[in-house]
Amino acid sequence: MAMTMTQKILAAHAGQAEVHAGELIMAKLDLVLGNDITTPVAIGEFPKFGRQAVFDKSKIALVPDHFAPNKDIKAATQCATMRKFAKAQGIENYFEVGHDCGVEHALLPEKGLVTAGDLVIGADSHTCTYGALGAFSTGVGSTDMACGMAAGETWFRVPGAIKVNVKGKFRPHVSGKDLILHLIGLIGVDGARYQSLEFAGEGIEALTMDDRFTIANMAIEAGAKNGIFPVDDQTLAYLKAHGAKEPKVYTADPDAVYEREVEIDLDELEATVAFPHLPENTRKVREAGEIKIDQVVIGSCTNGRIGDLRAAAAIIKGHKVHPDVRCIVIPATQRVWLEAMKEGLLEIFAEAGCVVSTPTCGPCLGGYMGILAKGEKCVATTNRNFVGRMGHVESEIYLASPAVAAASAVAGKLAEPED
Amino acid sequence: MKANGSVFKYGDNVDTDVIIPARYLNTPDMQELAKHCMEDIDAGFAQRVKPGDILVAGKNFGCGSSREHAPASIKAAGIACVIAATFARIFYRNALNIGLPILECPAAAQAIRAGDKVEVDFETGVITDAISGDKFQAEPFPPFMQDLIAAGGLGAYMQRRAQA
Repeated sequence: MAMTMTQKILAAHAGQAEVHAGELIMAKLDLVLGNDITTPVAIGEFPKFGRQAVFDKSKIALVPDHFAPNKDIKAATQCATMRKFAKAQGIENYFEVGHDCGVEHALLPEKGLVTAGDLVIGADSHTCTYGALGAFSTGVGSTDMACGMAAGETWFRVPGAIKVNVKGKFRPHVSGKDLILHLIGLIGVDGARYQSLEFAGEGIEALTMDDRFTIANMAIEAGAKNGIFPVDDQTLAYLKAHGAKEPKVYTADPDAVYEREVEIDLDELEATVAFPHLPENTRKVREAGEIKIDQVVIGSCTNGRIGDLRAAAAIIKGHKVHPDVRCIVIPATQRVWLEAMKEGLLEIFAEAGCVVSTPTCGPCLGGYMGILAKGEKCVATTNRNFVGRMGHVESEIYLASPAVAAASAVAGKLAEPED
Repeated sequence: MKANGSVFKYGDNVDTDVIIPARYLNTPDMQELAKHCMEDIDAGFAQRVKPGDILVAGKNFGCGSSREHAPASIKAAGIACVIAATFARIFYRNALNIGLPILECPAAAQAIRAGDKVEVDFETGVITDAISGDKFQAEPFPPFMQDLIAAGGLGAYMQRRAQA
């Protein structure tokens, strides 16, 4: 039976010759991820699985990033709980703040912990990011994380798929963020519910790895179980450069069945923004009207990589952030921060009047480092603009690319980077 | 097993950020989190909800974050069952894994109104609205999920499986 790329990876990890959409399987895991919010709950659930030790000390990654560096005493306690568990269990991939740490989904690929063909679960919905590397990866809850840590396997319902055919080439200042926002606008926040988003077509070659990470990262915002890219020379070069394990390359069968096909022509794409309070409320920035803003956030697991900071710095260089705007730049990892420093990007941001933060998820989920007051508006390169996501329930988030965010910071209102 | 309670009704795409805002996620204590459950969509929910009450919503309930704190705080608040037209997938599996009863039933999700008294029969999947008199048939769970629910959650299920 013909299978999608996702189905082939699931079949291989379930020890089956084939799987079909809707089937319930138990599958072996190559990596189990948790952060400072979800891991303490998983540690609480862990004893219920009847094991003393984790299944494999090298296949678990624990990352303090959401409320770390610790935002308050309770957050500090959660980080301490995770740290103690990591030490007691001898977890090899525990990443301490400042010690080559960062936002989990930017960090794991950078550390070479995920390779093509892997099956990864993470107790964080944006775990789908690693689909950019040709892996099956999906977000789960803390009980699943506990199950994965104890047994090295968990259950899955095999998803059907939507095929996204990409052709053409981006215009200047248009990027992966515009593509994924456009796609979510097209199919809706539940448009790919319980399905894979499988990207295909000649247009993919021109997408940088950072574009692909951004796109796969937001597959969940269309309700998808995972987003996945075929493995090409760029993927293989990335994996090699980051010391990842030997990749296993799976390709969708030519006659694989898709529940739907969607076409995206990169030549037609323009800078796109998602209005409050759903990622599907997309408009072209050019047609968005005048939206005065109070804050800009450039960072997160969606857009805090070096390519994102370069795109933002290229727009901001030689300009000043509008006097009414706080612009917060958050390199996603320690390594991104260092690269940005060496390239002079941090200086460009600071000179322009941005504040540059340590790596953290911080404001993206309304944790700290940029909470919004009642009535405030923010352009953010993050992934969700739900009610109250970044602060007060009457604040507003406009999701956009780093280029749009940078242009908006300078203009003091939602702005098209071309202008 | 049956649930019997008053209905709290919400619309489409209720996300996990409004079910339990991240600003409270600096604790894993679900009883503490239950005090803030649904706060950003319905500020009085935690005060008004009674043990056994039923939450009814539209499509894509629980979209967004993977935080298990969302179904766990709903459960800790006393909700006996969530009925929705559809569920977002991570919320769906989290609810099953922790033993929060959920039912998919678009017709019930549309017809049942806030404040209605509703009875849910988990054996048959029949939902009865005592106010309107309407009966609805929810989608039955596949056998694996029935086993998971019967075991009382994923931990117990996996232990039984290892011994089998």
